Amino acid sequence: MDQKRKDSASRSRRRFLTDSTAIIGGAVAAAAAPAGALADDKAPSNGNLPPNVPEWMKAPGADVGSQPYGTPSPFEKNVIRNIPKNQPQYTSSASRTPIQDLDGIITPNGLFYERHHGGIPEIDPAQHRLMIHGLVDKPLVLTVEDVRRFPSQSRIHFLECSGNPSYTAMKGKTASDLVGLVSCGEWTGVPLKILLQEAGIKPGAKWVIAEGADAAAMTRSIPIEKCLDDAMIVYSQNGERLRPAQGYPLRVFLPGFEGNMNIKWVRRLHITDEPVYSREETSKYTDLLPSGKARQFTFYMEAKSIITRPSGTQKIEKGFNEITGIAWSGHGKIAKVDVSVDGGKSWKAATLQEPVLTRALTRFRLPWTWDGSPVVIMSRATDETGYVQPSFEELTKPRGLNSFYHNNAIMRWQIAANGEVTNGNA
Amino acid sequence: MATLKVAFAAAMLSLGMSATASAQTHYGIGRPATAAEIAGWNIDINREGTNLPPGSGNVAHGREVFEAQCSSCHGNKGEGGIGDKLVGGQGTLASAKPIKTVGSYWPYATTLFDYIRRAMPLNAPQSLSNDDVYALSAYLLSLNGIVPDTATLDAKSLAAIKMPNRDGFVADPRPDVKDKRCMKDCKP
Repeated sequence: MDQKRKDSASRSRRRFLTDSTAIIGGAVAAAAAPAGALADDKAPSNGNLPPNVPEWMKAPGADVGSQPYGTPSPFEKNVIRNIPKNQPQYTSSASRTPIQDLDGIITPNGLFYERHHGGIPEIDPAQHRLMIHGLVDKPLVLTVEDVRRFPSQSRIHFLECSGNPSYTAMKGKTASDLVGLVSCGEWTGVPLKILLQEAGIKPGAKWVIAEGADAAAMTRSIPIEKCLDDAMIVYSQNGERLRPAQGYPLRVFLPGFEGNMNIKWVRRLHITDEPVYSREETSKYTDLLPSGKARQFTFYMEAKSIITRPSGTQKIEKGFNEITGIAWSGHGKIAKVDVSVDGGKSWKAATLQEPVLTRALTRFRLPWTWDGSPVVIMSRATDETGYVQPSFEELTKPRGLNSFYHNNAIMRWQIAANGEVTNGNA
Repeated sequence: MATLKVAFAAAMLSLGMSATASAQTHYGIGRPATAAEIAGWNIDINREGTNLPPGSGNVAHGREVFEAQCSSCHGNKGEGGIGDKLVGGQGTLASAKPIKTVGSYWPYATTLFDYIRRAMPLNAPQSLSNDDVYALSAYLLSLNGIVPDTATLDAKSLAAIKMPNRDGFVADPRPDVKDKRCMKDCKP
């Protein structure tokens, strides 16, 4: 390179650094503005709007590789996990996926909902082992690399906490406040059946007790039928290794079963003839009925849906609005999603976005023109077994209000004359 | 012979007897777990109390351990705080405001030992001795009126306790709600 070109490159580099500092500063200021705030087209001071050429076209942007692991635009800084405020402790707590801010069916790994009972362990995979013992011919110890050597599968499935929401917590402001304890990703791992066959299952084996390597040593009993069907030991989500908050380096994945059973950081599989009746499957994750009896081993998540746009805290304009949301069922594929824009008096079938996958989130859409009068909108899922998502009234007839888990009732949004959307679950 | 064995296993699978079918394919990955490794890791206590360790503890010692290790979250007498309420609530499960505690809701006393040992105290799980865990179990059961305040518990006596809500659980009958897919003139 001759001296002249070198100088020119150097000047360009200096100018870039100065300008990019200005851009970053601007980004921070803009990102602090209320979500959804639009630049004013009529303000003469804004030189980035037509007919002017925006400043980010007048200098090169950030270098390739300036973020070795990419992060979202600073303008999206409000799209984050929904973390409850003022909890007495956060070791055993939950955070929610901002479902109203997401499109499609895949949840970004950093926005997966969390429910931990003893915090998030930081596990060195080289020092992690998976032990398989109990009613097996050959008790095994596997390294993480061992697990990765077995034949693998990748499948897209949702994961949902069974208390999403409880029957007495239907007052959330946003879609995330209501049912944000659900996420969906592509999971890669080894079918659990293959690992159990490697150890050799003995006659009389009916349950597999899975234990996590967290400070709660979380323990749940899984019926052997599920373990030999579609259960997996997973090591990757959405293409990359599991995030620590999702069980790095290994977790159990049970498509369609309540989240708590999908043991994160799994270190031990104990094959037995009986459930262990752990604290989580007796005093928690059991569904109390009005009679005082409680349902136990309520594994499946039943069909559910929610409109994510328009949804609580959003504001719409008169005229065309697309109604969209997500539906899912632990019993298989979503067959239909119906939407009502008149408080449940009449319903229209929404369009389902392909792919419609078994035990995965399904995106639905319905075009709608709003005339500006106050309305209540809601969605209702039907799965491939013919099961119809029930109204809260129908659901609580047999279950009462103290069942806590497995509330899959229809969720309603109220739209006021000014376009503001609020919780419509009276 | 090997072919026959595979065919037999496949037949068992198709008959839905997969749980008893022997393994079809071995990849030869991993290594055998030793008895000592299994004993070190297997802390599962089932409802029969199988695998409960040697040791024992009484109510008086349990009170001391509770006050030192547990009361800051669960209250001085297990009345709850940051942590769950552990005492009382018997007779409330069918009411509008059920109170679920060790005494009113837990079906098996053995689960107390399993859970305290593996997960409590929240800031230092698996730090208590087996004697301390027996003593804590005895103390919590005495606060709930299930054992006398003179009780000492060990593997045999803990497993022999019948909890008040032992028969309080039923199987999952779902789908228990069969709503219809109404499209017009529906009940809003």
